[in-house]
Amino acid sequence: MIVDLLPALLRGASTSIAIFAGAAAVAVVAAPLAAAGRTAPVAWVRWLSVAYVECFRGTSALVQLFWVYFVLPAFGLRLDAAAAAILVLGLNTGAYGAELVRGALAAVPAGQGDAAAALGLSRLQSLRLVVAPQALAVVMPPAGNLLIELLKATSLVSLIGIGDLAFQARALEAATLRSGELNLLLLALYAALAAVVTLGMGLLERRLCSWRQVAR
Amino acid sequence: MTWDWSYAWSVLPALGEGLAITAIATAGGYALALVLGLLWALLRRVRCQPLARGATLLLLFVRSTPLLVQLLVWYNGLAALGVALPALVAGILGLGVHYAAYAAESLRAGIEAVPAGQHDGARALGLGDGARWRLVVLPQALAIAAPALGNQLVAMVKDTPILAAISVVEVLQAARLAGGASFRYVEPITLVGVLFLVLSLALAAAWRRLIPSWRPA
Repeated sequence: MIVDLLPALLRGASTSIAIFAGAAAVAVVAAPLAAAGRTAPVAWVRWLSVAYVECFRGTSALVQLFWVYFVLPAFGLRLDAAAAAILVLGLNTGAYGAELVRGALAAVPAGQGDAAAALGLSRLQSLRLVVAPQALAVVMPPAGNLLIELLKATSLVSLIGIGDLAFQARALEAATLRSGELNLLLLALYAALAAVVTLGMGLLERRLCSWRQVAR
Repeated sequence: MTWDWSYAWSVLPALGEGLAITAIATAGGYALALVLGLLWALLRRVRCQPLARGATLLLLFVRSTPLLVQLLVWYNGLAALGVALPALVAGILGLGVHYAAYAAESLRAGIEAVPAGQHDGARALGLGDGARWRLVVLPQALAIAAPALGNQLVAMVKDTPILAAISVVEVLQAARLAGGASFRYVEPITLVGVLFLVLSLALAAAWRRLIPSWRPA
């Protein structure tokens, strides 16, 4: 009896997944850039990085979404709802991710960089071959948690009228009044998506950090 | 479009009223999260395996589904079953249960980090189970969990605008209503953003000052 509800919900789920993927891509670019920017030799780059991270971490994701969607047009920058959603959720996640990247880089012992230099590696080689792989191993588990938070945050886009999973469920609820089944189905679908993200991140971690098996 | 100070000034009272609701929701939600979180953490430690495993599964479930959806269940879902809660009550329940799942994790970690010798010492001093937990273990566990619990408080404050979705007029909804009355959203929503920035920085700083006083001497 719930089969008739599924097509619309799955359509919503695919929209949620698309926004999740877009925002994750933005975050994956923004986080290391902001983390690197904090230690940049140029002062204004450092300031910009700190301001970005603090503004996005210090305010609420929904407020940011409303600000970009309702306020920015008044300043002449009009984004459609999907673009605003991907940009805001991506930058929001990226700000939290920047702190993770910063912490992970700090967790790599300084001796590793020194040893790489002593072996004659250039700074870029040292980062690429020695420091980054170790930092990646530190950052992957909390990054998985952050992506779960992002997945849950995609439900906020229903509040600016995007037809995601939460939106479709509310529309169906209004049309069919089958509140109980819909709520259970909705929660189950989000939990399933979260399980897929957790599983995927686990696989990715094993893939990216395969050097750990060799080292041990 | 330019910034209109006199208009910004005129929406402040409405934002203040919204902020009061935000504060009530946060205080109620956080108190509930701490109490439920502690019970949840203890429930995961009981000897009865099915009960402990059930508590763990439920925790995972609550943590992996959106707060927005959970709020709709507390508000619309319960109403459909004939239990119509006032929006603010549903909001506090939703916030409390969602964040209890996070608090339970931090408290569990804190409880496990208390050395076994503390339990032994308490027993050697003749303390009963209740007194051992209340006077020896929990104060230390709380001090260990304090930084994480502080982060959760700040995160909860920033999640309160989601209550607007179940028609609670907290500060963001107050800003939207004020903006809707005059078709100017620039000032109200920007002010709300600044407000949250100040609020979360202030709360984080206040929490950092509070923590050392929790450490048992």
